[in-house]
Amino acid sequence: MTVSSPLPAARMSGRGLIETLEIDTRMLAMIGALAAIWVVFDVITGGLFLTPRNLWNLAVQTSSVAAMATGMVLVIVARHIDLSVGSLLGLTGMVMAVLQSRFFGIDGDLGWVLSVLAGFVLAGAIGGIQGWWIAYRGVPAFIVTLAGLLIYRGLAWWMTSGQTVAPLNPNFELIGGGLDGSLGAFWSWALGVAAILALCARAVFARRRRHAYGFPVRPLWAEAAVLAAQIVPVVAFVMVMNAYPQPRTNVPMGIPVPVLIVIAVMLVMTFVATRTRFGRYVFAIGGNPEAAELSGINVRRITVWIFVVMGLLVAVGAAIATARLKAGLNATGELDELRVIAAAVIGGTSLAGGVGTIFGAVLGALTMQSLQSGMVLLGLPSPMQNVVIGLVLVLAVWLDQSYRRRRL
Amino acid sequence: MTALAAGTAEGRRADQTPLVEMRNIAIHFGGVRAVDDVSIDLMPGEVVALLGHNGAGKSTLIKILSGAYRADMGEIYVNGEKAEIRSTRDAKRYGIETIYQTLALAENIDAAGNLFLGRELMTGWGTLDDQRMAAETRKVMQRLNPNFRNLKTPVRSLSGGQRQSVAIARAIYFNARILIMDEPTAALGPAETRMVAELIQQLKAEGIGIFLISHDIHDVYDLADRCAVMKNGKLVGVVRTREVSKDDILGMIILGKNPITGTVVY
Ligand SMILES: Nc1ncnc2c1ncn2[C@@H]1O[C@H](COP(=O)(O)OP(=O)(O)OP(=O)(O)O)[C@@H](O)[C@H]1O
Ligand SMILES: [Mg+2]
Repeated sequence: MTVSSPLPAARMSGRGLIETLEIDTRMLAMIGALAAIWVVFDVITGGLFLTPRNLWNLAVQTSSVAAMATGMVLVIVARHIDLSVGSLLGLTGMVMAVLQSRFFGIDGDLGWVLSVLAGFVLAGAIGGIQGWWIAYRGVPAFIVTLAGLLIYRGLAWWMTSGQTVAPLNPNFELIGGGLDGSLGAFWSWALGVAAILALCARAVFARRRRHAYGFPVRPLWAEAAVLAAQIVPVVAFVMVMNAYPQPRTNVPMGIPVPVLIVIAVMLVMTFVATRTRFGRYVFAIGGNPEAAELSGINVRRITVWIFVVMGLLVAVGAAIATARLKAGLNATGELDELRVIAAAVIGGTSLAGGVGTIFGAVLGALTMQSLQSGMVLLGLPSPMQNVVIGLVLVLAVWLDQSYRRRRL
Repeated sequence: MTALAAGTAEGRRADQTPLVEMRNIAIHFGGVRAVDDVSIDLMPGEVVALLGHNGAGKSTLIKILSGAYRADMGEIYVNGEKAEIRSTRDAKRYGIETIYQTLALAENIDAAGNLFLGRELMTGWGTLDDQRMAAETRKVMQRLNPNFRNLKTPVRSLSGGQRQSVAIARAIYFNARILIMDEPTAALGPAETRMVAELIQQLKAEGIGIFLISHDIHDVYDLADRCAVMKNGKLVGVVRTREVSKDDILGMIILGKNPITGTVVY
């Protein structure tokens, strides 16, 4: 049997435009919602929201939760949950702080690098142990990680009897952003240009592959439109980050280090979720665990690895959060488990399993932080902010469910 | 045991080694003896129908062969040699492919992803080669269901028949030597059912052995060389299809009565 000739390009009729562009309408709706939130806050705060300064801060504040949310996507897609991420962040951050300030010393870079590495090993190992209890001992993830929530917070306190650990290495603190923790204008632009080149290369490469196997390709104009829709936000992002000047020196800040880390995490996790066997198996397990097992997938081993990845991403979050606070605090990351789960769910991850995207979760984290930041600008007391966030969570999931039901 | 001995002796050409032989297989779930001392074999190029009422133990028996369950008792021989089948991967190594009654598809993944699940094609960089998998899927689907176009939509949004085609495609793509089809046409329309019947003839001609499971004799009477009938986990008997009437086989299914030996399974 030979490969048939390329099918005719998609017809242009009715929903033709959206189909030709192959746009994910759900993602589009999310971006629209985020844009609406930004505009509304900007109007009611009288132009305080859409300023480079606020957006720069917004990006930094989102980082830690966004990094962890990318891992929570895999956890939830595989029909599990992780309630321990906030506490594990507290413990891991505390370990990083204690190691560099009391053991390795805060002078020189070796100390903080080792402390961060130790944090990764610890969080990854703890994730693996949780995964083992879930996969090989059959204790539900809800229970295992609920126990973890109590245990790790307790251990974080126990390490210093609740004392705050400071100061930390100044270079470590760059991970959290702060006044010096940005790339500056030149490197921000360099990165932006690199991103644009990568996007173009990807488009060309994907088109060639499709063509090689005789699958329909988008018309060139559509390809260009999609590419432009990716490039414009990159340019806008770099411009906004560069438009925020350092308060005293007036030098442009540029892309903050924690945001850079999150972008890297997002790229790596998207690759893992969509281009590797591991990612494919995670989704298969979420879609039909029995089918996954019958296909010869080692469901238990994959489950352990999912929680190892989650642990490593908690370490990323811990480094960012601790560096941003410039101190190890026993309470760091309190309630983060809920923010992370909410970010993933608002970003379209289905609690029924099998469905979710990394980019969606990052957008979800940004949406939540935007709400929070807007309410701070409005002077809403923080307990009332929680009321709003709670309502938004229910609303978002309800909208998502009705969207899916109508579509499928 | 007598019923089984008669069935095998008459059913098999003595000069050949069976492709598969399952001997004295038993498995229980809690108190339920789902399969109770069943022996059955399959020759190259032969179609053996496995019949019986709902709950007779047909699916359970073949899941032992496909590696989904481990038997409590009994042995499996492939080409005359004892086979250790501990997992579905082991079974696939012996060339045993299965179309499960439940289809065993991941609903959220597209046809190509399901077809290659557990055996993905990779690019030179060690990443999933989705385009090549889709192209291969298109090829194999052409043999089964030429109207199949939805290569890239999640299986969830396919029709029952299309999903069944995906499950069948998955079983035949990897050059099975032993094919297990658990009610493969349950969701298919008449045209697709005919295509599956043709496919079975074609695979048979290639020397592939097929276990064809059904609870309806009319579905399989024209295709099967032998019919094995189960009732309440036990084997009623194995008969050559052309040596008995449909009514004889119905009697086996309903009454558990072996038309040759006269023994009855309750
Ligand atoms: N995983 C399981 N756990 C417990 N009991 C099971 C399991 N699988 C099958 N059984 C029981 O074993 C018996 C045989 O079931 P099986 O699915 O093999 O029947 P079947 O002949 O395939 O029926 P059908 O025609 O409905 O598909 C039934 O009584 C069923 O309840
Ligand atoms: Mg069955």
